[in-house]
Amino acid sequence: MAKHEYAFYPGCSSQKGASASNYLTSVESMCKTLDVKLTEIPDWNCCGASIGYAEAGELPRHVMNARNFALSEKHMPGQEIVATCAACWLGARETRERLTHSDTLMADTREALKEAGLTINEMPNIRHMVEVLIEDLGFDEMKKHVVRPLEGVKIAGYVGCQTNRPFGVDGESFENPQYLDKMVEMVGAEPIPEYEQKVTCCGGALAFSEPEKAQAQIKDIVESAYDHGAEMIVTPCPLCQANVEIYQGQINKTYGTKFNIPVMYYSQLMVVAYGGSAKDAALNGQVIKARRLEEIAAKPVKR
Amino acid sequence: MSANTALAEKYRNNFLKEIEEQVEMGDWVKMCMQCGVCSGSCPTNFQSAWEHPPQELFMMIRAGKREEVLTSSSMWNCTSCYNCIVRCPRKLPITHIMHGIAEYAHRIGLAPKMQATRFFSGLFWKNCTHTGRVNELKLSMGLYFKDGFASGIKEGMKMKDVAIGLVLAKRLNPFELFGGHKCKDQKGIQAMLKKAYEIERSRKAAKMAG
Amino acid sequence: MADIKVAAYICKGCGLGERLDADALVKIAQKDGKVPMAKSHDFLCNADGVAMIKNDIANEGVTHIMIGACSRRAKTEAFFFPENAVARANLREGVIWIRPDTDEARETTQEMAEDYIRMGCAEVKAMTAPTGNTVTGSSKTLLVVGGGVTGMTTAIEASKTGYPVVLVEKTGALGGWAAKLYKRVPVHEPYKSPADTGVGELVSQVLGDSNIKVYLNATVAKTDGAPGRFIVDIATESGATHTEDIGAIVQASGFSLYDMNKLPELGGGKSANVVDQAGLEALAVAAAADDGVIRRPSDNQPVKSVVFVQCAGQRDPSGTHLAYCSGYCCNTSIKQAMYFKDANPSVDTTIIYTDLRTPGNGEDFYRSAQEKGVIFTKGKVAEVVPGGNTSTVKFHDLILDDQDAAMLDVDLVVLATGQVPNSGINIDAPAATEEEGAVEIKPISILNLTYRQGKDVPQLKQGFTDSHFICFPYETRRTGIYTAGPVRRPMDIAQAREDATGAALKSIQALENAELGRAAHPRSGDLSFPKVRLEGCTQCKRCTVECPFGAIDEDEKRFPVFNESRCRRCGTCMGACPVRVISFENYSVNTVGAQIKAVDIPDEFSEKPRILILACENDAYPALDMAGMGRNEYSAFVRIIPIRCLGSVNTIWITDALNAGYDGVMLMGCKSGDEYQCHFVKGSELGRVRMSKIDDTLKTLNLESERVRDLEVAITDIERVPEMINKYAAELVAVGPSPFKGF
Repeated sequence: MAKHEYAFYPGCSSQKGASASNYLTSVESMCKTLDVKLTEIPDWNCCGASIGYAEAGELPRHVMNARNFALSEKHMPGQEIVATCAACWLGARETRERLTHSDTLMADTREALKEAGLTINEMPNIRHMVEVLIEDLGFDEMKKHVVRPLEGVKIAGYVGCQTNRPFGVDGESFENPQYLDKMVEMVGAEPIPEYEQKVTCCGGALAFSEPEKAQAQIKDIVESAYDHGAEMIVTPCPLCQANVEIYQGQINKTYGTKFNIPVMYYSQLMVVAYGGSAKDAALNGQVIKARRLEEIAAKPVKR
Repeated sequence: MSANTALAEKYRNNFLKEIEEQVEMGDWVKMCMQCGVCSGSCPTNFQSAWEHPPQELFMMIRAGKREEVLTSSSMWNCTSCYNCIVRCPRKLPITHIMHGIAEYAHRIGLAPKMQATRFFSGLFWKNCTHTGRVNELKLSMGLYFKDGFASGIKEGMKMKDVAIGLVLAKRLNPFELFGGHKCKDQKGIQAMLKKAYEIERSRKAAKMAG
Repeated sequence: MADIKVAAYICKGCGLGERLDADALVKIAQKDGKVPMAKSHDFLCNADGVAMIKNDIANEGVTHIMIGACSRRAKTEAFFFPENAVARANLREGVIWIRPDTDEARETTQEMAEDYIRMGCAEVKAMTAPTGNTVTGSSKTLLVVGGGVTGMTTAIEASKTGYPVVLVEKTGALGGWAAKLYKRVPVHEPYKSPADTGVGELVSQVLGDSNIKVYLNATVAKTDGAPGRFIVDIATESGATHTEDIGAIVQASGFSLYDMNKLPELGGGKSANVVDQAGLEALAVAAAADDGVIRRPSDNQPVKSVVFVQCAGQRDPSGTHLAYCSGYCCNTSIKQAMYFKDANPSVDTTIIYTDLRTPGNGEDFYRSAQEKGVIFTKGKVAEVVPGGNTSTVKFHDLILDDQDAAMLDVDLVVLATGQVPNSGINIDAPAATEEEGAVEIKPISILNLTYRQGKDVPQLKQGFTDSHFICFPYETRRTGIYTAGPVRRPMDIAQAREDATGAALKSIQALENAELGRAAHPRSGDLSFPKVRLEGCTQCKRCTVECPFGAIDEDEKRFPVFNESRCRRCGTCMGACPVRVISFENYSVNTVGAQIKAVDIPDEFSEKPRILILACENDAYPALDMAGMGRNEYSAFVRIIPIRCLGSVNTIWITDALNAGYDGVMLMGCKSGDEYQCHFVKGSELGRVRMSKIDDTLKTLNLESERVRDLEVAITDIERVPEMINKYAAELVAVGPSPFKGF
């Protein structure tokens, strides 16, 4: 039996072939090393993210999240739900809190769920993957498995919005959370704690609908990382990863910059540091290749 | 009588009450103390994208400026970054109020027709509730082609490099066009959502009648 | 006169023995100071040293003591000899701590110490130990003028402490403004709704207290005397006058609301539906007695929409209306808005404000009002236009930047006007002249003091009584008379009750000290008080007019009459007197003059100037001591004499100093003016005014005007004071030595 077991909620972008499939692969590798068992919630559905609001309204949105709770409760009773996606985690947790505080909303939700043949008795806790790593495993445990420290690699920890606000990880401040910097340190790399764009919004869904607005913000995020001497950026959110990575070309065209910085997931860094191969860390899933990590991953592990 | 007309008539001279009863978290609007931290913390307001930043919207609601608020594009600029929420000294759930006003304006047909995020938001929800999971390719294409075939091709071409990059990284599957991920119990999901809409609509109508 | 025997003691502790030649100082005391007994001790303030002094007093007939050691501000308990005159030469903070411990400096450091020994000996010889006033009053009764919340609280607190009270109220009932309120702003958790005023209870407490004698429908017709022995005539409705013996007085005469009729542009006086906050309370009280529905006055219809206009006639920078904020009115409007919402949530209630100030626990109260649906609109009201039964409120919406915003069909408009203190007569105002067309109501005196300086307590700003805000906020400029409540500054009920309690305690302190013939403050326990040699008095009235505390009256023969218990011992009278007939037993023209003349003035070739500094004991002298504690260095050529106040500086000191050959004279004292810090209010100002007239004297002496200087010092100027001294000394070197040396 694995040391830690959770019901897994990957979210739409972390499906095979989807925009965060590299995230999924690296998380799977990472959990294997850490002896964390993730069981996907059967037939889980989309959370609606933060962008579905125009048509979703209030109750339908909560009902979508509640369905996942009901499925998790049904198939993995007693286990907490872990989400790897920041928006899924945020949305699900918000729903959980609203349902806890409003009897009316809970009653209405149960009535709707009945139509799908589901019910809620006790809602499981909703965790983000980094929460689980930091709070349940702890940095010492995570560090134990580092066999190939990413020495000399300077990495800007881009926390973004939704793992940080409004709930935050590990009780940290909203204005300057340090957890990602600590994770960078933990894998033996060089963090940049004074990276002042670390909680700037990447523009979220507006990267699709109104790209100029999002790209103006992304430019600042990337530029600051460069200014601090970073050679890559790490992030815990699939939308942030995509937004900060894939539009650098367009930003270069608009602003005359020469951005080409790889944007990684924390799990990818950890897999490489744990001795995993480039394939385990899904490094081939990067649009901007992380050459440095590929080199390190190619080196044999000193036993 | 259109929905908008009925509501305007019912809540005449009390736009604040209309917001309180018909908009998610609308009862918080009266608690704003006009400090302006929300407007100062908003990243898209920093780019001057908001015609009326959140603080002003709250004041306009209290001043009864129904038309200006509901037809404004301002709320649609919210990226859900939650900066305003964590800094508001009165703990207003501003992000949700903004989405709530936007949803309301959309529902009664007053939201600006050409607002791209309004369109995208509706598209996203329809997309993810259709099968229970998002079809990323269909989502993007739905966005590009919203203004017709020709502009769709143009938009697509603009994003060509991005798309290619993603395909090569195996993070965009062209075959999603013909299927893609989906839930098994789609029927259950549709029924569940239908019921949810029913309940919510009736609650809002009850408030209006009461 | 008993023979005086002076003894001088030189301490060698705290490094004095190492830095100075103590034996040489002993010889200076004997030779130059002409002191019969002079000795040194290794550690003068310890038990052994003090015992030695005590023994000399008891068995060697020593009457006058000169201690050359630390500053007079240090070791006051050790060197406590109340029956004897004591002078302190400041060798530690004043000499060794402000001079460098180097070989080159040793000579001038020693010279400095020697001069201070000479000065100390000269001073103590001119002093006698004060014995105190034997003719004191012993009344322990407190007079409270005003029967509102403040007055009642003062009376109750004084009575609980064991002091009888006479309470005078001009109307027919106790309670003041608070009695007219429907409810008050809450002062207990959870701060969500208006609360009971509690006035009824206060009134019962006062009326049921046998220690408190209440006069209703009464005013103070005359107040004569001084703390401990006031004789107060109370005029009553019936025509009879009652006379009471009073120890101290608390004036709690309260406030009036700013006249709403002065705000016609806001509808004041133009419609029955435009009221002030008092008017709203009356409507609320009337509604409560009826069906609970507040009605608009014009036609008695229920109010369905009400607008509160904040800062009405207040915070006006143009000077037309009140310039200040009254503090309580935003909380009050919130409370009044709740009167409507609590009775009927559908009443449209809007508060238009520019800044919302909710002191105390008002933030919770404000939030509660928002939860109840009161709308807060940030705006500046330009005009209220009454019409028929409703009004239009035109305003500039400051958030939406809409200059043409308006609220239509408003049933009731409430103007939050401010508090105007009932201070009585402004004794400093020029005699009233008839204005064209305007009939100004002449203010009525509250206390009717028979003091020569005027009938009421002096005011400082905006009609509020002067409270010496920086140093002693509870004090007025009349000893033994305390103002409390909104007459002192704008405040609400909670603050007024606190204020009243403070005033009760202070007045008890005043009357107890009056009986003992001592000053209460700032010179706590001072037994000295002005003595005047009337034979020399020219009846010029300067002392009488200039006393900051109005302590001096005038008798039928036009001579000054000194009232010891009204005096704060500053010595301004002494400084004012051109014929120098006023003095204190231990502080006089002589005690300072002798010090000035005792200093050894080297000739002009020695390149050792002499600079006299007269430093006031409240700010300047402590700053100088602290400069020493911080080992900040300054010129070896200054000789510092502490004085009670710049107001006590007699110009003869400056003349004598210049004649004696001092190269410069500097006065160091506290800030004067509207934001004064002078502990005696007007002292430093008067001192400076007199100084400014010295230019003519200087010209006749053929001396440069730069030689005489005045420096404004604060107690925090620990580094600045040495800098300024050194700068001054350098400038004097540039001017050149005084031509009066060697005469």
